[in-house]
Amino acid sequence: MAVIEAKDVTYMYPNASKPAVQQISLKIEKGEFVILTGPSGCGKTTLCKCFNGLIPHFYQGQLEGEIQVVGLDVADHPIHELALHVGLVFQNPENQLFALSVEKDVAFGLENLGVPREEMQKKVNWALETAGIYNLRERAPHELSGGQQQRVAIASIIAMRPEIMVLDEPTSFLDPLGAQKIFEVISELNKSLGMTVILVEHRLDLAARYANHVVVMDKGKVVLDGDPRAVLGSQKARLLGVGIPKATRLYQILKEKNWFNASEVPVTTKEMVKLLREVLKS
Amino acid sequence: MSVFDGLKFRRVSSPIHNLDPRIKFLYVCSIFVIAIIFWELLPLIALFLVQIPLVLLARVQREWIRSLRGAAFLAAIIFSTNVFFRFLYAGYMLTVQDIEYASAMTLRFVVLIESFSIFFLTTSPDHLGLALEQSHIPYEFCFAFTTAVRFVPVLAEEAQTIMDAQKARGLELEKGNFLKRIRNYIPILIPLIISAIRRSLELAEAMESRAWGAIEKRTNLYVLKIMRTDFLLILISIIILIVGVYIRFYVALPSFSDFLSFLKDVYP
Amino acid sequence: MIEVSDVCFTYPTGVDALKGISLTIKEGEFIAIMGQNGAGKTTLIKHFNGLLKPTKGDILVDGTNTRDVSIAKLARKVGFVFQNPDNQLFCETVEEEVAFALKNFGFKETTLKKRVTWALNLLGLTEYRKTSPFMLSGGERKRVALASVLAWNPKFLVMDEPTIGQDHEQKEKLRQFIVQLNTQGKTVVVVTHDVEFVAECTPRVILMADGKIVADGVGEKVLSNIERLTEASIVPPQVTQIFMGLTDFGLPTDVIDLYEAREILLKKLSEK
Repeated sequence: MAVIEAKDVTYMYPNASKPAVQQISLKIEKGEFVILTGPSGCGKTTLCKCFNGLIPHFYQGQLEGEIQVVGLDVADHPIHELALHVGLVFQNPENQLFALSVEKDVAFGLENLGVPREEMQKKVNWALETAGIYNLRERAPHELSGGQQQRVAIASIIAMRPEIMVLDEPTSFLDPLGAQKIFEVISELNKSLGMTVILVEHRLDLAARYANHVVVMDKGKVVLDGDPRAVLGSQKARLLGVGIPKATRLYQILKEKNWFNASEVPVTTKEMVKLLREVLKS
Repeated sequence: MSVFDGLKFRRVSSPIHNLDPRIKFLYVCSIFVIAIIFWELLPLIALFLVQIPLVLLARVQREWIRSLRGAAFLAAIIFSTNVFFRFLYAGYMLTVQDIEYASAMTLRFVVLIESFSIFFLTTSPDHLGLALEQSHIPYEFCFAFTTAVRFVPVLAEEAQTIMDAQKARGLELEKGNFLKRIRNYIPILIPLIISAIRRSLELAEAMESRAWGAIEKRTNLYVLKIMRTDFLLILISIIILIVGVYIRFYVALPSFSDFLSFLKDVYP
Repeated sequence: MIEVSDVCFTYPTGVDALKGISLTIKEGEFIAIMGQNGAGKTTLIKHFNGLLKPTKGDILVDGTNTRDVSIAKLARKVGFVFQNPDNQLFCETVEEEVAFALKNFGFKETTLKKRVTWALNLLGLTEYRKTSPFMLSGGERKRVALASVLAWNPKFLVMDEPTIGQDHEQKEKLRQFIVQLNTQGKTVVVVTHDVEFVAECTPRVILMADGKIVADGVGEKVLSNIERLTEASIVPPQVTQIFMGLTDFGLPTDVIDLYEAREILLKKLSEK
């Protein structure tokens, strides 16, 4: 069953002259790891905010079409109800942490939901362990690095055990090592808990390896949607200026010179090395 | 601003730190009341000394001394103002009583700084926020308080970054007359304010996304429980109040001039 | 020329950010300073325009010690583009924003106008001349910040993490722009942790880790030196990683450019 289903979604921010997203139709199945990408301004962030109800409830404006999240119509349910099913991690780590200690921050959502203390403590501890930050639980958010802060944000979301986690360019402010850690945490959550992940990213060289579904947007519309290899290896993606991983690029430019006829498009360096080794051996 | 150093929380484990902030506040209030009802030197000295064991117990001596040093300037002003006006009022004469009175007023100020300092040095902002919550202050205000405290270091750092960015464009903050210097701060204030606005929008989004407003009665991860040591402090505060009020109404206090005449009698 | 002589820097909090840095930046060079967050990269470049003064050692910019001169004077020579443009935008129009530094440096009105027009043109911002900078998109604001620095034509251009938050197209345009500036004679220093971006530019690469320089040399050599990269916690470019998995075929490992990689592979295949 599709855990998120969008049908002809069009949305315009109040006081905007044109819609931020137009005629978006897409289906995301349970347990998928989706990468949502596209040039700046294509509407990725707007779409993310539609998934958890910030649009239309927080931003107002005109929302046309239908978005169903775990069977609930987003327009008919308040944000705090949707928050039980969809968690949203934002780009700037600093502006998602309110409390004076990590533990209290992770508990924030649960406190809002009125979860009794003992149960809350258990869930908080679980979330801290899963995000790998249990030893940081008494620290103040300001003392943490960007990567650690993002893991706190992730922990505070997973404490509420949503089925879906949406992350809007979570590694923008992080260095590659920090970014790597975040992807590993998310990937683990996807694999072991079956959490559906929607990751908005530009850094496909680091993130592409985790995805099993890639959606590319441009100017408010979905232009490519499908298997990562098909999408990233396509000419269209390249023309749109999507940051195709170098391994895939090398494959593409070698293919131009008539190498690799019927092989799988590599999205990681490991796959490309394997491919080259086969060709060079023969 | 060393006087502010005495008001910043210091994370140390001590019995005072673990006391319920509401009880600590009660203690500060009783000190306040007693300090107000006396204008004689002796009880104020006693009040000052009574708090020192608490400072030592809380292991915040260094910061506490720093706050006193910072307060020294204001204390000097209070002292000299009192002496000056007494001098004028008494027709350009100064007696021992005058000096005694001025000293008492100064000491009263110091005692108040002392007790507030102990309170803030030993109470973490989140403990304070928790105390506010459990005192049935609406959650919105408590949240605003803790969030503000949380972002103080962030804003301070941002202000520094903005200053650096503008200095790198040739802005010289120290240059020019008074008016120009104030105008020099516009390129610093505007980005700071805009960033604060942007930040609050992002915070609001994050709050909504974490089920803010889901139900009326929020629960809390931590809870403040009044323990035995807290009862001890309540007892101490009540004793201070009772003893103080009793002395005020029923005991004649010797003044410093009495003490001087006593000395004159003993050692002529 | 910027000369850094055995510079150490300790923050007031007690953190030793720089532990003995020595390097020389000659005019016309294109340098990428790389390393993880906390390696000391930003601390180092803040010494170039005097925002920070070394605790030990000296920095000479064109022979002048940074301790002897005001930040404003150094800024005239060393243009600094900060990571977040929102930390400096405050004017009512883009035009005023670009003119701000010129006013501070005492440019004459006629020269000022010419410079502003030139800078706006260079960054493709002429249509936004009278627009409020706050109305522009993130990428456009970055261009305004860049224009406001280039307007006074500093000899040295230092950019702190210019690729953060940018999509592929924007990074590509930026890369071409920087290369063009460098070709025209400007000394460019870019601080970044984006290894793919650097690999496409092939500048001189300086790796930093824990307050020290661990490598300094030609892009191809440094970015394929696994030991040094590991010290700086940097992952090699994907092309280099691929070639490292093919060493037993007698292929070189100091390859960072995509098209060079293809040529090498095609040659290898045609040999068969």
